[in-house]
Amino acid sequence: MPTFRQNVETTIPALRRYARALTRDADIADDLVQDTLVRALRSEHLFHGGDVRSWLYTILTNLNRNRLRSLARRPPLSPIEDNDAPDLAGPEAGGRDIERALATLVEDQRNALLLVVLEGLSYREVAEVQGVPIGTVMSRLARARVQIKTYLDGGRPALRRVK
Amino acid sequence: MIDRDSPVTEDELHAYIDGELPADRMQAVSAWLADHPDQAATVASWRAQAERIRARYGAVLEEAVPERLKLDQIIRSDRANGRSWKAFAAAAAVAAFLVGGASGWFAHGASVGTRTSSFAVASEALDAYKLYVVEVRHPVEVPGTERQHMTQWLSKRLGEDLRVPDLQSIGLKLVGGRLLPGPTGAAAFYMYEGASGERFTIYCAKASVPESALRYTSAERAAAFYWVDDKVAYVVSGPADREKLEKVTKAAYEQMEKSGAKKS
Repeated sequence: MPTFRQNVETTIPALRRYARALTRDADIADDLVQDTLVRALRSEHLFHGGDVRSWLYTILTNLNRNRLRSLARRPPLSPIEDNDAPDLAGPEAGGRDIERALATLVEDQRNALLLVVLEGLSYREVAEVQGVPIGTVMSRLARARVQIKTYLDGGRPALRRVK
Repeated sequence: MIDRDSPVTEDELHAYIDGELPADRMQAVSAWLADHPDQAATVASWRAQAERIRARYGAVLEEAVPERLKLDQIIRSDRANGRSWKAFAAAAAVAAFLVGGASGWFAHGASVGTRTSSFAVASEALDAYKLYVVEVRHPVEVPGTERQHMTQWLSKRLGEDLRVPDLQSIGLKLVGGRLLPGPTGAAAFYMYEGASGERFTIYCAKASVPESALRYTSAERAAAFYWVDDKVAYVVSGPADREKLEKVTKAAYEQMEKSGAKKS
């Protein structure tokens, strides 16, 4: 049976993926993962069984929430989100469209959607990570999907005319 | 029980594409979608979204895990809560190596708002360093000769029990300190000066996270080590001479560290 640390170790690539999608910045993402791992290892003695993976996602999700809150307290020096002109390269250009669509989501909805579709967590696991009932996870997921669809369909009229 | 006629809810449609639907409803929902092209199109669009998200970020899994995220490295640098300087510095060495390519961070304000909270503090601290280090007549508000008064005053304003390290052993004299507005409220700022006039500053502010790893960053001619310990962010800034800065950080760290001292 794999040890606690082996379980943590094998989850690192997935944590990096989740963090990258949450932050859209490779350096910030790895900072988040690093802090998550430091926290996890220090709290190893507090971990009494259960799913290590969900626990790590929980830590990372919470650290990211702290990060966003501390950003919100700072007066914006410049727009954080990309509100610039649409890419001319088209919808598949490096996945920028989906990146921006994700950025328009409310944090809890983005977390829920990414945990389900990118990280493959079950609804029950996401409910654990977010500390809410499964019904809440499902409504977050539903709202996230509607919002992304709206953004992709209507938010970028220029792209519809691509031949 | 398979019941083709029982109504399909929207929740079920989500569960259907997320593999959460009980096996006995899968077929029913498939069949229902075949008769409802509008809903089928919506479901297809959700699937497409998921595909695009996976296409965008899936490749991260194939990337080599950076050294600083390897467990051995993290354990070594964080051993037994003691966070001995040596291990701490080892983590920083790795971080510095990785960060090297991104030394332009501080150069453009645009990126500041998007960094992690400790980074935001580090950015403020480096700005303060650059601003006051060139100040000849009024670099500080309270002179170093009034160390005790300064410590009490700044501790009170920050609401934290601060320590002003004594760096005489490495040839740095306390010039004094001042209060600054920081990203999380008040920040304390101490300045030290060496025999040849080189200046180093220590910046302390409340942090939004309880602790963090030690990190290094540099910008133009200035550099900083920064970390969070016991909910206080510390930033040691100085000229971009990493070896010297590391020596100063080590001396300061050993005197300011709280969480390790309490536990040992």
